[in-house]
This record gives sequence, structure tokens and C-alpha cells, in this order.
Amino acid sequence: MSAVAETMNVTDERLAGLTLPAGGWSDAARKDALSRVQMMGLPSRRDEYWKYTRPDTLTQAVAVPAALFHNDEAALFDDIERLKIVFIDGVFDADASDDLSLEGVSIERLATADADIHWARDVYGVLETNGQKPVERPLAALNTAFATDGVLIHVTGAASKPINMIYLHNSETSDVMLHNVIKLDAGASLTVLETGPAAARINMVTEVEVADTAAFHHIRAQGRDHERRAATHIFARLGTESVFKSFTLTANGVMTRNECVLELTGNDAKATVGGACIGDGDFHHDDTVFITHDAENCESRQVFKKVLRNGATGVFQGKILVKAGAQKTDGYQISQSLLLDGDSQFLAKPELEIYADDVICSHGSTSGAIDETALFYLQSRGISKPVATDLLTLSFLAEAVDEIEDETLREQINERMASWLERRRG
Amino acid sequence: MLKIENLHVKLEDEEKQILKGVNLEVGAGQVHAIMGPNGSGKSTLSYVLSGREGYEVTDGEAHLGDVDLLDIEPEERAAAGLFLAFQYPVEIPGVGNMTFLRTAVNAQRKARGEEEMSAAEFLKVVRAKAKTLKIDSDMLKRPVNVGFSGGEKKRNEILQMAMLEPKMCILDETDSGLDVDAMKLVSEGVNALRSEGRSFLVITHYQRLLDHIKPDVVHIMANGRIIKSGGPELALEVEQNGYADILAEVS
Repeated sequence: MSAVAETMNVTDERLAGLTLPAGGWSDAARKDALSRVQMMGLPSRRDEYWKYTRPDTLTQAVAVPAALFHNDEAALFDDIERLKIVFIDGVFDADASDDLSLEGVSIERLATADADIHWARDVYGVLETNGQKPVERPLAALNTAFATDGVLIHVTGAASKPINMIYLHNSETSDVMLHNVIKLDAGASLTVLETGPAAARINMVTEVEVADTAAFHHIRAQGRDHERRAATHIFARLGTESVFKSFTLTANGVMTRNECVLELTGNDAKATVGGACIGDGDFHHDDTVFITHDAENCESRQVFKKVLRNGATGVFQGKILVKAGAQKTDGYQISQSLLLDGDSQFLAKPELEIYADDVICSHGSTSGAIDETALFYLQSRGISKPVATDLLTLSFLAEAVDEIEDETLREQINERMASWLERRRG
Repeated sequence: MLKIENLHVKLEDEEKQILKGVNLEVGAGQVHAIMGPNGSGKSTLSYVLSGREGYEVTDGEAHLGDVDLLDIEPEERAAAGLFLAFQYPVEIPGVGNMTFLRTAVNAQRKARGEEEMSAAEFLKVVRAKAKTLKIDSDMLKRPVNVGFSGGEKKRNEILQMAMLEPKMCILDETDSGLDVDAMKLVSEGVNALRSEGRSFLVITHYQRLLDHIKPDVVHIMANGRIIKSGGPELALEVEQNGYADILAEVS
């Protein structure tokens, strides 16, 4: 079978098991998205951007079941004042969720939003479509076509507290597509927290429109379920003097592909994408980032750190595209792995493509082991080798975690990582 | 306090003998200094005693009190009361100096079966000790040694020493990279810690440090052995004449 035929076969099989939800206002976008999927075909290993990550378990018709993980920790961000929106295996749980009302914010669900909701129409599938060039992201188009639910958030002012989407996983065979749309008007601000594994297999798309001078902060923790699989996409468009900051914590999960596609379209915008991941054994984690600078004097940062052991694999594909005219761009990209043993591997593909002549862009990628001198220094002060190793592991991850602006949220992430490492010591 | 007998050490990865039979005994409350030309094995001795990897003990023994040092992990040596002030203190980004100190203090207390220090008690003690070393609260909050000047790093070593209250302190070229004022400050910190139950082994190239930290005994080390021992006047002799005379005298 030819490569094209094989891809189409996988695509046809996947599509055969799905029906387009009747979405009213989103119908047109869904139909367009479906034809995009049919045109592109789902990803295969032969695609350049899937060279390091096997897409088959993310594209096959039936999801691989994932055993449930019994978590005895308190829920992350539990003691933070926030508005909770709970989904269990992709199904909204009204009882566990808070009332979907917050001053300066309109919150609706994709599944129930009615036809006169016009603002989301301008974003739903639109940013995803923009993000299909120059690199195709068929799983995101699949999501736009078939997502069954998600949250639509329109922010007109400064949100008084974060919105926390909590994605619980209670069925071993759940296979879910959720699609969130977030629109921040000029000057508005919002923090979104996303926690939990969501399903045995989750395909998640989040589109974020950040208007001029608006600020969007995003912190995500993808749960500790060992066998869950995830393909996520964030598409964001940034206006003049806007701020976009996203951080993702990943521990465990047999397969994760997190894509982040940002377009800086207004002058003086600032974007940061960061990630910390701790992977052990049967763990494959892929961060794929594409940042387009299409305005002057913008800043973007990519900071990704991965701690890997027992055969875990980490992938980073990060690109900065500076278009002609995007002068005074400041682009920074760092991806690093700490390999705790010889079995783990880290594959990195940093890319810069620059068409403006007055820019600063730097990138770096490293793989290394625990620094023996630092380890001895800590041990010589009486700290045991396992504890010293954990301290140095947290030290390694700190540069990524430090990208979280809010100190309380940052500390919660740090504490969570420290306690996970401590558990592993047994 | 510290007793080293016939210590022979080679590099683990190559056939290079570094220590060729070191004998040394430091009594309780005493300050001993080790001087010697580059490559004589001074720093190796400090690393082997504190348990750094990369060395192989081929013969001999080292005891701290009745603890056989060479048989245990670096952290166990620390808990037994050994402390090495590093020539080049290590920078550890992302780990707060205070967190590091408290983890170390409590790890040692736990290892000795003592009660751990509460956060409040620790804070009180560390602030008082930091003040005498002119370490401000910003330095305590910052990541371990990150962005510290040479002098600040050495003061931070002495602060760790003050907090950990070891029995046996080894200072590995603590004077290197210090200006006169910084050396004085560090020396005052060390002198404040001198007590009957605490001994010091000061490794240095220069007699100058010994003006501030007055030793009871001075040893000259060359080619992996201690070749001469004497009083403080031995350091002055080295300062004036170099090592050539002493080396000639013993060969």
C-alpha cells in the first residue's frame, strides 16, 4: 500500500466511527474542518513533524484502554479561590462544577451554546485553520469537526479569579474530544487552570484570541495517569501589547503530544510557553511549538525542561518564524533534558526562520546527567544521595517553572513536583 | 579527633598514585595547617576524607573519633561531624539557600537521632549567624551561591559550617580568590567557631591566612606525603624561602 493510501485508510477508519455533532452556530466550521481532515489525512510516521512521535495510537479508530489511576493527593489548586468547571471523561458534571458566572466574563459550554452566540463563531476553528500553515495539524482539525463539548469563555474585563477546568478520568475506554474557545477583549485579563488527564485518550484544542493589551495566563497539569494518551493543541493570536503565558506540567502518561501555535500580530506583544515534565519508563512526551512573529518589537520565550529515566522519551520541536517586517523581535528558545540514566532519550529539533534583519533570536538545546560535583556538595552537607538528586532535579526544572508569574501557583507546582519525587524514593 | 594512618590513594580511572602514605593526627580543639606546592595532594586529601567519588583508597585508614570515615557515604561522614569548606563552592540554581541549609541541618539531626529544627527556630538561628558574617537576607533567599561574589561564596561556606556545627572542619584553600577584607571576615567567622570540641584542618598556599587563623601545627605536604611538621614558624619559613629548602632537606 502506498503511503498516501495508508494514511487515507487510517483517516477513513477514524472518520467512520464519528458523527458530526449538530452544533447550530458551529455547523459551518465543523463541516469545513471535516473537509480539511479529509484533504490532509491524519498524521503518519512519514510526516516530518511526526518523525519522533508515533501518531498511530492517537489516530487509530479505537483508543487503547487506559487503567484508572487512584490518586490519593489533594486536588491541585484545591485551596485557591477559583471557578471550577468539571468534566468526567469529557462529560460535563454540573453538580461538581460551580455556577458558570463570573463578573466580567461570560462562560458557556460548547455543547449547549445556542445559535445567537456570535463571538465564538469568529474564533472557533478560525485560529486552528490559521495554524494549519505552514505545518499541517490534522488532529486539531479533527477536533474542530467532532468536539463534543468544551468551554467558551468571553472576557470583557479583569476576571476576579481563575477559571479551573478539571478533567477527570473515570472510564478505562473513554475517548474524548474537547474544544475550548477563549476570547479576551482589549484590556481584559484571565487566568485559566487546567488539571487532570481527561480520558483514556483525549484530543483537546484550545483557541485563544488575545486582543490588544489583554493578558492571558494559563497553567496546565495533565494528571498522573500512567496509561492515558493525549494530543493537545493551543492556538493563540496576540494583539498589540498583549501578554500570553502558558505553562504545562506533565508527569506520567504513556503518550503526550502538546502543540502550541502562536501568532504575534500586534506590536509589543509578549508570549511565553513553558513546560516541565517528569517521565519514567513507558513515557513519551512531545512538545511541538510554532511561534510566528508578524509585528514589531515582540518578545517570545520557549522554556522546556524534561527529566527522563528508565527508558522515557522526550521530544521537542520548536520553531520561531520571524516574518519580514517583524523588526526588533526578541525570540528565545531553550529545551533541555536531564537524563537520570542511560536508557532514556531526548530528541530535539530547534528551528529558526528569519526574514527580518533587526532581530535577536537565540536557541539552545542540551541533554545532561546530574552534576556530580553539585551532588557531592549536597551530600557533603549531610543530604542523602536520593534527596540530593531530587533537589538537583527540582533545580533543573526551576527555569521552566519560574515562568509562572503568580507566586502562589508557582509554589503549588513546585510543591507538587517535590512530593512526586519524594514518593518515587519510596 | 581526626586520625589518618598510612593513607594511600590513587585515581579511580587511572594508575596514578596521589597520596603515598599520609599520617596525621589532629587533636580536639586544635588547628592544623597543611601547606605544600601545587599537585602535592592537599586537595585530594580533603576530598578523600569527605568521600568524593573518583578516588580509590589502596591502603591505610582514617578515623573521626571512633568512626571509620573511609567506609561510609559522604552524608554519613557529615552527620558524624566532618565538614569540608570547598575551594570552589557549587552554584545550585532553583534551590533557595535557606531551603538548602535547613534540609542539611535537619538531615544531619535526623541521621544522629536528634529532633529536627522547626522552621521558626531555624530562621532565628540562621539570621543571627548570618548577621555576624555580614550575609544579608537577600543572600539567604537567593539560590545557593548563584550570583554570589567569590567572597560571598566563602562566607556562605562559613555560614553552613556555623549552622551544621561540625567537630572537624576542613578548609580547602578558603583564602583563594579573597581580598584582604574578605579574608579577614572569613577568618573571624572561623575563629568564632573555634572551641575545645572542634578541630580544624586548614589547607592553604599562603602564610597570610595563618596570620588570621593561628594554627597549632603546620605540616608541609609534598609528593603525596607529609614531609615536615612544626609550629607556626614553619609557615613563615615557607613564605620567605619557598618550598625548595624544605624539599632539599628531606630528600
